[in-house]
Amino acid sequence: MSETIKTDVLIIGAGPIGLFAVFELGLLDIKAHLVDILDKVGGQCAELYPEKPIYDIPGIPYITGHGLTEALMQQIKPFGPAFHLGEMVTTLQKIGEPMFRVTTDRGKTFECKAVVIAAGGGSFQPKRPPINGIEPYEGKSVHYAVRKMDAFRDKRLVIVGGGDSALDWTLNLQPIAKRLTLVHRRDEFRGAPDSVNKMRALVAAGGMDLKIGQVTALEGADGQLIACSIKGNDGTLARVEVDSMLPFFGLTMKLGPVGEWGLKMEDELIPVDTAAFETSLPGLFAIGDINTYPGKLKLILSGFHEAALMAQKAHRYVFPEKKLVFQYTTSSTSLQKKLGVA
Amino acid sequence: MPKITYIEHDGAKHTVEAEIGSTVMETALRNDVTSIVAECGGSCTCATCLVHVDEAWSPVVGPPSAEEEEMLDSAFEVKPTSRLSCQIKVTEALDGLIVHTPAYQGR
Repeated sequence: MSETIKTDVLIIGAGPIGLFAVFELGLLDIKAHLVDILDKVGGQCAELYPEKPIYDIPGIPYITGHGLTEALMQQIKPFGPAFHLGEMVTTLQKIGEPMFRVTTDRGKTFECKAVVIAAGGGSFQPKRPPINGIEPYEGKSVHYAVRKMDAFRDKRLVIVGGGDSALDWTLNLQPIAKRLTLVHRRDEFRGAPDSVNKMRALVAAGGMDLKIGQVTALEGADGQLIACSIKGNDGTLARVEVDSMLPFFGLTMKLGPVGEWGLKMEDELIPVDTAAFETSLPGLFAIGDINTYPGKLKLILSGFHEAALMAQKAHRYVFPEKKLVFQYTTSSTSLQKKLGVA
Repeated sequence: MPKITYIEHDGAKHTVEAEIGSTVMETALRNDVTSIVAECGGSCTCATCLVHVDEAWSPVVGPPSAEEEEMLDSAFEVKPTSRLSCQIKVTEALDGLIVHTPAYQGR
């Protein structure tokens, strides 16, 4: 049983809006922890367009997704946010007025006075290949991530994909697997050249198999794979005996557990009021692309505005006794002290 | 304006007008061709706007760039005529273009 982490506010999602929320909360002395399913901060800015230009951040004529993430990290540094990356929030319960208990898929528990859902388009989750009847095997003999390598010792493995994930796991698991087959749609790999060379050397030495084509069917029972069919680009059909399969086709955004918390939803979005961007559950806020209200625009700048108003209301839950005096960073010595510049 | 026909996996057919300079992906979204997801909004980073260009049109549309070819690794049931529709710019030469959209874009 792991300990419970107590904090003022838990932010779900470390994309640009979740990051900026740390700033707005921090100016009001509110401490925050952030949880994100990706293993890095930045959300879509990091995962989908790190090198692509963004032209509509006010006052910044041009910045990349990566650049914006870096700048926000610098901006929130004085507030020392705690990050829990590579974790997905799975449950959220209201346990007091105001108090929430939130748990993650890595067994962490948080208790906090307010929760901010800044989950963007949902959580980034692995793409599921369109193979008939794959679902019952998932988590048993079809895995989208490797948590413990030893689980694959002496197993017949099929790894599908052509990027770094597929190649890295091919090289890491080949020594312990009974037999490993890598399946990719073309005889070219976008992974690191060194990994590609090592993989090709293993194939040449007979240490593993490489098949160019796609997995079209699965055979097995009760979640346990027995074999899979691989259709080659040359039209041939091969049956490969397999204990475990690891498909790596990148990530896609899915709403995820947010949909299971009993919140009112509209087309996978969370309706909020526009005074504080609070949901129907007091103390639970939703900001950025995940929320909806009349006139909503899915822009980063809208999310920034929402974060600022959210923080004002969150202050009431975190410090019910304190009166909030509105101040400007330009002129307030007290704010400047928090920012470490005065 | 050039016309583009989208034929969805279930046979539903949409023939729509496309603006020169826009993309085949944007034109699909504007016209409610729901089998185009376009999660990343046209950055060539998500592979959820896959189309199979009609055989006859494939030589006119041309092959994917190296960057797009790499992204196609994250799509499913990719054929030699497959393209990411965000990377196909609409030109006069594409008037009459036919593309087939898949049942599944990975989500």
